[in-house]
Amino acid sequence: MGAAPRITIVGASLAGLRTAEAVLALLPEAQVTLIGDEARVPYNRPPLSKEVPQALARDPAEAEAQFARLVLRSKIPDDAVQMRLGQAAVAVEGRAVRLADDTLVPGDWIVAASGLRPRRLALPGAEAHRHVLRSFDDALRLAGDLRPGARMVVVGGGFIGCEIAATARKLSLHVTIVEPAPHPMQRALGPRVAGAMAALHRAHGVVVLTGRSVAGITPEHVILDDGQALEAEVIVEAMGSHPNVEWLAGTGADLGDGVLVDDRMQAIGAARILAVGDLARFANPLFDAVPRRVEHWCVPGQTARRAAETIATAELGLPQTHGFAPMPSFWSDQHGMRLQAFGAPALADACRVVEGDLTQIGRHPIIVEYLRDGAPVGVLGLGANPAALAAHRARLDAALSASLAC
Amino acid sequence: MKVDVDMSICLLHGQCVIAAPAVFSFDDAGGLVWVAEVDEGLRGDVEAAADACPEQAILIG
Repeated sequence: MGAAPRITIVGASLAGLRTAEAVLALLPEAQVTLIGDEARVPYNRPPLSKEVPQALARDPAEAEAQFARLVLRSKIPDDAVQMRLGQAAVAVEGRAVRLADDTLVPGDWIVAASGLRPRRLALPGAEAHRHVLRSFDDALRLAGDLRPGARMVVVGGGFIGCEIAATARKLSLHVTIVEPAPHPMQRALGPRVAGAMAALHRAHGVVVLTGRSVAGITPEHVILDDGQALEAEVIVEAMGSHPNVEWLAGTGADLGDGVLVDDRMQAIGAARILAVGDLARFANPLFDAVPRRVEHWCVPGQTARRAAETIATAELGLPQTHGFAPMPSFWSDQHGMRLQAFGAPALADACRVVEGDLTQIGRHPIIVEYLRDGAPVGVLGLGANPAALAAHRARLDAALSASLAC
Repeated sequence: MKVDVDMSICLLHGQCVIAAPAVFSFDDAGGLVWVAEVDEGLRGDVEAAADACPEQAILIG
């Protein structure tokens, strides 16, 4: 074996940090550099749409204390990884990454963990009170506008939009969600459960306008495609995300939607470049052979460990192992109700309620099983007892593993 | 190896129950229970559970 391999990770995020940890666990002598466009150390993002803006709206002086609670604990000592924070990667040049300050960071392996950025409305107007939510600084800025009685329009009824709407209701804002699909979160949850979630939001005072999109923004209003004008002192654009892949242009990687990778997280078409986290587009044989990006919290950890194995086996001259089939899971908290899913409800063509009743959402526990071609592909709990849900998850696990074997 | 869970921040996501079922489980009431003194052979599973916890509530001693 030659000199210690240099592993350069772009993205000082959950995915980037977990990759650094997993690489060092397998290759303790590796020289790991973590590059981040934010000046902040890696932190946890899920509370940014929930507890964090709520706490900051009540006490803005708590910002740094709130941030400290989000910082990801790490198993590796601070000096084991070289951090380059506040520097975006702009290009790959040979076996090195060019940063915004024009310096070059060499890397025998380059790991893309640069994540996503929010999509914006391509409409001018009201810039001072338009918000997105991805970073801690976004949450800090939004919290400053969360005043009781203010009118908020949330553009996009995905998970982030729905969580912000619920948080804003808790802070006594007037909230309207504008969603082009027939129900909020419909793509992830299917029409029946999404319809029930819309009812939950309405029961908590959120106005949910579906089948509508935004046509214009004035200083005081959001104008919809049917001409309706919604008063808005706060606008949140929650319309999904764009992968941060521009810096990988010209490497040969397939950047059609994130970075296409094989079952070892190796970018197809770009040797010794890997991708992890919500950027990685990979096939999960638990379901089918279609590569997809997955924006769940657990994916960074799963893909980071896989990427580190790939690097370590190559460096140590060991045979590569094949097969990567992580069980997806995701959760959301809205109006005091926990939504917890396992598997891939978005791939289902049917669902059946196995416990409770969707008309009782938020009042009684509900468990829903999702099916594709008659076989289970997901299970979802809405305010469900974790023990009851765990039993259904085990059944799903067995069904998906059986499909893997055949 | 000692294992503890900070129940003041645990939100019962159940990721630890998946990662280390020999250590973490739910009781019938839906509460989290765990083995406080764990054999070293399970360290990998317990560390995976701690990594998988979205609230960083698992403490390994």
